[in-house]
Amino acid sequence: MTQALEGFLQALSAGLLIGAIYGLMCVGLGLIFGVMRVINFAQGDFMMLGMYAAFYFFTALGVQATFGNTFGPFVAILLAGPVLAVFGYFVHLTLISRVSGMRTSSLEGEGHYAQLILTLGIALILQNGGLLVFGSVLASIRTPLSSSAWEIGPLLYDVSVFINKARGIDAVVSLVTMLVLTLLITRSRIGKSLRAAADNPTAATYMGIDVDRAHRVAFALGTGVTAIAGGLLATNYPFHPFVGVEYVIVMYAGVVLGGMGSIMGAFWGGMTIGLVQQMSTLILPTQLQNAAIFVVFLLIIFFRPQGFFGRMVERT
Amino acid sequence: MMRGWRSLLPIIVFTALYAAVSLSVTNSYYQLVMTLVPVWAIFGLSWNLLSGYTGLISFGHAAFFGVGAYAVVLGQVYFDLSPWVMIPIAAILGGIAGLLIGFPTFRLQGHYFALAMLAYPLAILYVFEWLGLQEVTLPIKRDNPIAYMQFSDHRIYTLLALAMMLGTILLTRVVERSRFGMALLAIKQNEAAAEAAGINTLAWKLRAITLSGAIAGAVGGFYAVVLLVVTPQSVFGMLVSAQALTVAMFGGVGTVWGPVIGSVILIPLAETLNAEAGSRFPGIQGVIYGLAIICVILLAPEGLFWKVRDFLRKKSALPVAATPGPPDLSTAAAFSAAPVPLRPKRSPGTGDVVLEVKNLSRSFGGLKAVQEVSFKLRQNEILGIIGPNGAGKTTVFNLLNGFLRPGTGEILLDGREMSGRKPHELCEAGIGRTFQIMRPFMRMSISDNVVVGAYVRAKTDAEARQLASQAIARVGLTEIADRIAGELTTKELRLMELARALAGQPRILLLDETLAGLGHDEANEVVAVIQQLARDGMTIAIIEHTMQAMVRLVDSFVVLDHGAVIVEGEPEAVTRDSRVIEAYLGKKWMAHASN
Repeated sequence: MTQALEGFLQALSAGLLIGAIYGLMCVGLGLIFGVMRVINFAQGDFMMLGMYAAFYFFTALGVQATFGNTFGPFVAILLAGPVLAVFGYFVHLTLISRVSGMRTSSLEGEGHYAQLILTLGIALILQNGGLLVFGSVLASIRTPLSSSAWEIGPLLYDVSVFINKARGIDAVVSLVTMLVLTLLITRSRIGKSLRAAADNPTAATYMGIDVDRAHRVAFALGTGVTAIAGGLLATNYPFHPFVGVEYVIVMYAGVVLGGMGSIMGAFWGGMTIGLVQQMSTLILPTQLQNAAIFVVFLLIIFFRPQGFFGRMVERT
Repeated sequence: MMRGWRSLLPIIVFTALYAAVSLSVTNSYYQLVMTLVPVWAIFGLSWNLLSGYTGLISFGHAAFFGVGAYAVVLGQVYFDLSPWVMIPIAAILGGIAGLLIGFPTFRLQGHYFALAMLAYPLAILYVFEWLGLQEVTLPIKRDNPIAYMQFSDHRIYTLLALAMMLGTILLTRVVERSRFGMALLAIKQNEAAAEAAGINTLAWKLRAITLSGAIAGAVGGFYAVVLLVVTPQSVFGMLVSAQALTVAMFGGVGTVWGPVIGSVILIPLAETLNAEAGSRFPGIQGVIYGLAIICVILLAPEGLFWKVRDFLRKKSALPVAATPGPPDLSTAAAFSAAPVPLRPKRSPGTGDVVLEVKNLSRSFGGLKAVQEVSFKLRQNEILGIIGPNGAGKTTVFNLLNGFLRPGTGEILLDGREMSGRKPHELCEAGIGRTFQIMRPFMRMSISDNVVVGAYVRAKTDAEARQLASQAIARVGLTEIADRIAGELTTKELRLMELARALAGQPRILLLDETLAGLGHDEANEVVAVIQQLARDGMTIAIIEHTMQAMVRLVDSFVVLDHGAVIVEGEPEAVTRDSRVIEAYLGKKWMAHASN
């Protein structure tokens, strides 16, 4: 009984902590997808770049020396965000904008085919370019906090929950980033133009909003946010240039679960994925952890295809 | 028939040339590459059959590929069954997988469909890893290799793959040119319109995914035989699904040539780079491959095939365009000179009731879009449904043709209760419609657009063609029947939609703002066509804003406001009714009337 409870609470806390990071990851993709309706297959690889950016900030660019081993990684991770945002901005400017936005209405399937292939191409270049530049050795951004834990409790029946310190801080950083992003989108002028462009690009154009620019900003923000999430993940999980493929699916599952176009929804979708992944270990063998994610994902889209927070509109 | 055979010539020549080249290759690595080109081409063709023609992008074709691959390997390992037997079985299993996956997943649309498909192969992948099937090898049969499809000369595999590819191409072309292909194209261009034109979209999509799954299963099985070993990643992985997408989209979607072109260019490129540079600069091949894809897609976003074809067309079209002769000497145009004649007075309300609507209601959340609407439509009557914006006019049509389910109420067609049926069933029962926002199949010619509407009545393709050409003649578009819908004017598109609805030989036509966006003269032409239809005995319900045309056109009016009928009756009476003027016509009509 106690053991089962302990297992349950431990899986629950692990799920919430990893879910907070997944949530942030999904928010990054959800922003891009919600505003532009572009399926970006390279999002996982942008995240991978974020991990390496944080890694090099920490080890090679003096963050470790300045801020020390314990908190240096988090500084490096937060620095990686803006860098990747700039990178995303230019990827959109030079590549994505040419097959998306206002100019695609004449193309077959509104340019979806071209967008897919383009982002697959970008993903290939980033993965293999990563292999060339970073090598295939596993890297990680470890802090002493990664291997120590806070003990919470004893709670019920003398059961305590252990929370890995690095993951705890990861979750806090993730929530704060999420909060800042939400404020930016709901309060600022640029946030309003993003929402307008997402809701009705044509009407937004008539209202004097530069929709292509709004898309570019969304793409940059989304890339930066996902990069931060990647860095946070890297404090506990080692990574390699091909790590993106593993997470891009988690991201899409989370975004669809939350309802496309809803930023908060994407966060809760990612959180759900984290919880399902960790809780499934209680009843399923570890290898089936990820299979469980996809089964839950399929079940939810069958029963609520618009996601938790989405809505469906179609006009005849 | 001759034309059909002549267009096969390039395919046969290509296959023969490819076979000749492959026989001259001696290096065993390049022999493998020569085999993989048709293998991925077939897989691309299988993807194209579903996603290229229906427009529903599948990210999960590896599910079928992997099922086939594992079936062949496990069949030989556990039951000693030869691939000669197992590949057909793999095809059947792939088809069943397609059906099982398609049935629930087709409820989803657009991005949701694409992303749901992503989940299947990945879920299966983890299950196979858990089952301990990480790496399964085909047992080598030394005593009877040929019976187990094991050849020492690798070129035989290439020939087998080529034969499979040729078969797949021929199959795709048969599909493409039949009712099957037309239905899929119609679904791709506009699913709602296809459904309203009488196409059972779910049934056709299921057939497409089953066939596509079967092809993918077979080629997956063959792939396992060629490589002799399968791992979950190599047959269920995301890169496998991506391979199908890449070759098809690179080459061009929605044509048999696309996946073949994509595969012929990309596979050797990737493999050669891998062999030449892979060991010294790991990853360089992926970078170059990725760059190549990006460059081509920026230059030809719809794939190489279409780019080249559009280029050639433009070249050959130039002299043709120079020859004079306005194509618009259609019968409809001939009416334009004459003023619209007043509708000959008949005594409305005497014919048999074809359609009876009783207390029809529908609400969206708290909004009562249609409340307690009742009216009768008699044989050979033209009924005008008018009302201000948001009065629920289009919603009534959507209820009548099955896009929406009524909340309460009855729809009686010839006395039979029809409410809640699917659009294609209602179309079959005799309700044809056009749309306020036009829904043409943009990439198809006028006659192909109209043929889609004819299938609901026609048993054979020939009969459908005949019905279509009759319908086109009735709206006066015969002269330009071969033009692509994307090139037409609004008036021509409106007439084409009318023909598409007519081709299914409906008992009742529902016309939703057919005159919207037309100039005065153009509107008169369309009105003339509609009047001619009425003289030929058609029963019509029409939604319209243009009062002037409506008063001349209709026998009676139903006026809606806030979803309810406020007045009904003859045009003269209705236009004088103060409630109508207040609710809808307003100052504009008053000013108009005083002129």
